[in-house]
Amino acid sequence: MNFLYDIMQLIAWALILVGSVMAIIGALGALRFPDFWSRLHAASVTDSGGVIFLLLGMGIHSGFNLITFKLFLIGAFLFITGPTSSHAVANAALVSGVKTSKKNQNETGDEG
Amino acid sequence: MIDTMPHFVFLIALILLFTAMILVLIRLYKGPTLYDRVLSTNSFGTHTVLFIGVLGFLSDRPDFLDIALLYALINFVATIAILKFFRYRAIGDVLIKRELKK
Repeated sequence: MNFLYDIMQLIAWALILVGSVMAIIGALGALRFPDFWSRLHAASVTDSGGVIFLLLGMGIHSGFNLITFKLFLIGAFLFITGPTSSHAVANAALVSGVKTSKKNQNETGDEG
Repeated sequence: MIDTMPHFVFLIALILLFTAMILVLIRLYKGPTLYDRVLSTNSFGTHTVLFIGVLGFLSDRPDFLDIALLYALINFVATIAILKFFRYRAIGDVLIKRELKK
């Protein structure tokens, strides 16, 4: 029983560390990528990977009680609103005509 | 050792999340277009939700998760409101202005 608890704690710590590393990867991509569309792509790493791993790690760490339910609520809400707001930002940028940078265009000059 | 280990892990996660928030804030300051800034604001809000959760676990008060949930709600509404404002230059009375133009 005690051994199983220790194993669960180890898994929880690993998940929390992986989640925070994914969060910093997403932020680094959002800072360093050359144009808006690739920055949008990089920022979604935090929205998916960071949220999944951090909330799952905190849920395993806390056991099964009210805290797990709150974490589940936060995760479900972020999973509904994250893609929605990303879509809203991308749609507004597309309508207003934000271009890709020269680095991201291929040889024929098409954007993509 | 196994008792002090969770605090260590949560402290590392807190430092990494804080660094990520600083990087997103730099993009928010530098961003050439408006949409970069909106995207950075949204991403900063998601980072803040995770940061508040980890901070609650670090200080052994997981009730902070209520604040994190509230912050997630406000963050979504703020993103949509900023986008709507810059699209229509108004938040509440878009329909009234259109009717007046007719």
